[in-house]
Amino acid sequence: MSNYDIIVIGGGPAGMAAALEAEKHGVKNILLLERAETLGGILEQCIHTGFGLHFFGEELSGPEYADRFAVQTEASCAITVKTDTMVLDVQAQDGTHIVTAVNKEDGLLALTAAAVVLAMGCRERPRGALNIAGTRPAGILSAGTAQKYVNLDGYMPGKEVVILGSGDIGLIMARRMTLEGAKVKMVCELMPYSSGLTRNIVQCLDDFDIPLKLSCTVIEIHGAEHLEAVTIAKVDENRRPIAGTEETIPCDSLLLSVGLIPENELTRACGAAMDRVTSGAVVNESRETSIPGVFACGNVLHVHDLVDYVTLESQLAGAGAADYVQGKRATGGEVTTQGINGVRYVVPQRVGRAQSEAVKLYFRVGQVYKNACVRVRCGDTILAQKKRPRLAPGEMEDFLIKPDQLASLPHDAVLTVEVVA
Amino acid sequence: MSDCYDIAIVGGGVVGTLTARALSRTNLSVVLLERCNDVAMGTTKANSAIVHTGFDAKPGSMKAKMNVAGSKMMRTLCETLHVPFKNNGSLVVGFSEDERPELEALLVRGQNNGVEGLRLLSAEELQQMEPMVSKTAVGALYAPTGSIVSPFELAIAAAENAVRNGVTLLRNFEVEAITWQEDMFALCAPNRQITARTVVNAAGVHADDIARMIGDDSFHIQPRRGEYVLLDSSQNGVVSNTIFQCPSKMGKGVLIAPTVHGNVLIGPSAEDIEDKYDLSTTSAGLRNIQTIVNRSVPAYVIRDIITSFTGLRAHCDKDDFILRASEVNPQFIHAAGIESPGLSAAPAIAEYLAELAIGALAARGIQPTEKADWLAGRTEPVRIKEMSPEALRTLVRKNPAYGRVVCRCETVSEGEILDAIHAPAGALDLDGVKRRVRAGMGRCQGGFCGTKVLAILAEELKIPYEAVTKCGGASQILIGKTK
Repeated sequence: MSNYDIIVIGGGPAGMAAALEAEKHGVKNILLLERAETLGGILEQCIHTGFGLHFFGEELSGPEYADRFAVQTEASCAITVKTDTMVLDVQAQDGTHIVTAVNKEDGLLALTAAAVVLAMGCRERPRGALNIAGTRPAGILSAGTAQKYVNLDGYMPGKEVVILGSGDIGLIMARRMTLEGAKVKMVCELMPYSSGLTRNIVQCLDDFDIPLKLSCTVIEIHGAEHLEAVTIAKVDENRRPIAGTEETIPCDSLLLSVGLIPENELTRACGAAMDRVTSGAVVNESRETSIPGVFACGNVLHVHDLVDYVTLESQLAGAGAADYVQGKRATGGEVTTQGINGVRYVVPQRVGRAQSEAVKLYFRVGQVYKNACVRVRCGDTILAQKKRPRLAPGEMEDFLIKPDQLASLPHDAVLTVEVVA
Repeated sequence: MSDCYDIAIVGGGVVGTLTARALSRTNLSVVLLERCNDVAMGTTKANSAIVHTGFDAKPGSMKAKMNVAGSKMMRTLCETLHVPFKNNGSLVVGFSEDERPELEALLVRGQNNGVEGLRLLSAEELQQMEPMVSKTAVGALYAPTGSIVSPFELAIAAAENAVRNGVTLLRNFEVEAITWQEDMFALCAPNRQITARTVVNAAGVHADDIARMIGDDSFHIQPRRGEYVLLDSSQNGVVSNTIFQCPSKMGKGVLIAPTVHGNVLIGPSAEDIEDKYDLSTTSAGLRNIQTIVNRSVPAYVIRDIITSFTGLRAHCDKDDFILRASEVNPQFIHAAGIESPGLSAAPAIAEYLAELAIGALAARGIQPTEKADWLAGRTEPVRIKEMSPEALRTLVRKNPAYGRVVCRCETVSEGEILDAIHAPAGALDLDGVKRRVRAGMGRCQGGFCGTKVLAILAEELKIPYEAVTKCGGASQILIGKTK
C-alpha cells in the first residue's frame, strides 16, 4: 500500500490549486488523481475567454487558465500526478485515509494518506431529472456535453437549437453554436431571472440577438428517433405552465443548462456531513469536512460562478491540508454560519474563533434584489453590512470577517447572513 | 439458400429471444427478425421488471398456467444466462376493509394456481416488514416468491446465447408483408426478404398487424400506455418488497419496487392509446404517479428522478395470452397479447412456443435433432463494480481495458463496453451499450460518458462519429463537423 501525505482527488482547477498550495506550505509527498487523460478538468473544453480576471488580472481562455496550474503541477517534485485514474472509494480509518483507485497501468491501487482533498467538481442535471413529458429521442444534450462535442471533438450536435436554462454553460453554448453556424432560436428560463452571469447574457445572447425567454419552460419533447420540436409555455409564479401559452418550436437539438450538481458520491461514502442546500460537504474555514483530515474545495463543495474563486478556495483547502499533515490543529472553539432571509447558503458553515487572518464568508441569494442591503450579524451585533445595487442568484457574494471579530464571539455562536429590505 | 430458414421468429423481445434460444437446442435453422437496431426495444425494455408469482391470473387461463410455470423457471434461467435477478418478495396491500375480501380472493386464487408460500399479513406484520407503507393499510397478501429481474438484460442474454448457438439475428428487419408460396412463408422487409417454413409471431403490440399479413384477423391488440419514473439509487431502501395496490381491470395498479440494480421504480399508469409507436410520457401521467404511489407510501415524495419512460402493454381483446397456431395457416404460430404477467411467463412461453413450432414442422415430416454441443449459458459478463479488489487487480493486469473507468456513475470500464459491442448480438448504439453494461444508466444519464462511448462505438464498429446513433434509425447524435 503506497502512502502519501496528501491525496488530492481531481485534477481540475480546484485540485491543482490545492496540491500546489500544499506544496508551498512544505508538504513533500502529494498524489493528485485525475480521471481524465489530462489535467485541467472542465476548463479544457471552455475555450471562451473570461477566466482569470480576478486571480491573474488578465483575461484568459479556460485551457490557458488551467495550463498556468498544470505546468507548475507537472513540474513539481512534491506532486505525483496520475491521470486516467478513477477513484472508487475513500474511507477514513483510525486517523488515516484509504483511497481505492483504478487505472490501466497500475490496475487497482490501494493508497493511504494523512489527508485527502476532495476536488471532484460537479456534473450537469440531466433531462430525466426535469421530468419533461414527451418522447425520448436523440438530440437532447446537456450544454456541457454539447460543448465537449463542439470544442474538443469538433462535431456539431445540431443546427436548429433551443436551449433550456440560462446557466452560464447554456449562455456560452448559445454563442458557440451560433458562431459555428447553428441557429439558436431561444434560451428558455423557468425562473423570472437568469442564473447566469450578467456579462454572459450581454456577450452571448444580446450581442447575437438570441431571445432570452424568462418564466418560460419546455413542457413537451417531440420526435420519435430524433428531436423534431419542443413545446414551450410560459409559467406562473409557482412555475406551473400557463394553459394557452403553448408554442411549438421546431428544432433538432435541445441543450440543457438547468443546474449543476456537486459530485459528492465519494464524500458521502466516507461519511462527511452534507449541506442540503449546497449539496456539498459542511466545512470550516480551511474547507475541512466533518471527517478530520478530509478537505473539499471547488465545485464539489458548492457551485462557483467564477473559476478564480475556485482557485482561492482551493488554496485554503491546500493550506489547511498541509497544516493538518504537519500537526497544526485549530483550538479555541468554533462558530457556525447560517443564511436566512433570502440568503440561500453560506460557505464555510463553520469558522474557528482563533484566526490569524480574516475569513471570507461566501454566500448566494435566492432571488434578484435591487438596492438591497446584506449583513452579517451574531444575535443583535452587526459584524458587517453593505449596500448592493443588485444581488442575483447567479453571482456569488462575500463578507470578510476579521480575526478580532471572530475572537470576540462566544463559542458555538451563530453568524447569520441575511438580506435586509 | 442462405436466406431460407426452418423457423422465423418475428420480434426480438423477451418472448422472441427466449424462443430463439429454446429452438437453438435443435438443428433447425432459426432466424430472429427484429424491426429495431437492437433486441428488447419494445415492451421488454419498459415494464415493471417484476417476476409475478401468479396469484392474479384467472385460474385455468394461459396467463395463469404460463405465469406459474415461467416464474418457477426464472431463477435458474437467470443464473444460467447471468442476468440480474433478486427474490425480494411482493406485497399486495389493502387500504380499507373493502379491499380485504379482494386480498382473500387473491390468496385463494393464487393457491388454486399453485403459487407457493402465499399468506395474508396483518396490519402489524405489514408495518414490521415495510415501515414506510401507509399506516391506513389493513393488511396485505404476501408472496415470498415474488421477484425482480432485469427484463432487457434477460432478452439480450437470450439473444446472445441463441446467436452463439447458431440462430441468425437480423436487426432493422421490419416485416411489412408475408406471403405463402410453395409451402414457405416469404417475409418481406424494405429491400430484404427471407423465407421460412414456420413463423412464430412474437411481435408484441404489433402481433395483430403481423397476423393480418396472412389474413388472420382473429384478435386485436390494444396498446395500453404505462408511464414510469426511475429513481436514483440514493432512494434505495424506501421499500424492500415490491408493493402493489389491489388490482383493477386496467392492470395491477401503480407499484413501487426496488430494481435489481438498486434503483427504485414507480409506475405504471394505464391508458389505452391508438398509436403503437407512441412512447411519449405525459405530464398528467407523471403527476398522477406521484398521487397514486402516495396511497401506498404516504410520506414519500418522489425525488432524485433519473428518468421517466413509457412502455406499451400489448393488451389483447381476448384477455388472455394467445399461444396457438393460426386458424388460417397451421405453420404460423402466435404469441400474442403478452401483457403482464408476460415477463414472468416468458421462460415457459418460450418452451411452449418451441414445442408448437417443432410440432408444426413435424406435421410436415421434419424431425429435428438435439445439438450435442448446445451451450445453455453464456460467459459471465465482467462487472468491475461488483468485483473484489483482488479479482479486479488480477483482471486489470490481464486486460488493462478493465482498469479504465468510462462511466463514473455506474463504474463501467472500457473493457466492459468493448465486450458489449463484440458479443454475439452485441451493441450497435449508445442505448445498446447502456442496456448491456449500464454506461449512461446512472444519475448523469451519459452526460460524461456519452461522448466516450460514442467514440468507442465509432472506433469498434468502424463508422464515422456522425453515424453513431442513440438507438438506430435517424437517432444520430452528431450532424457533422464544426466549421
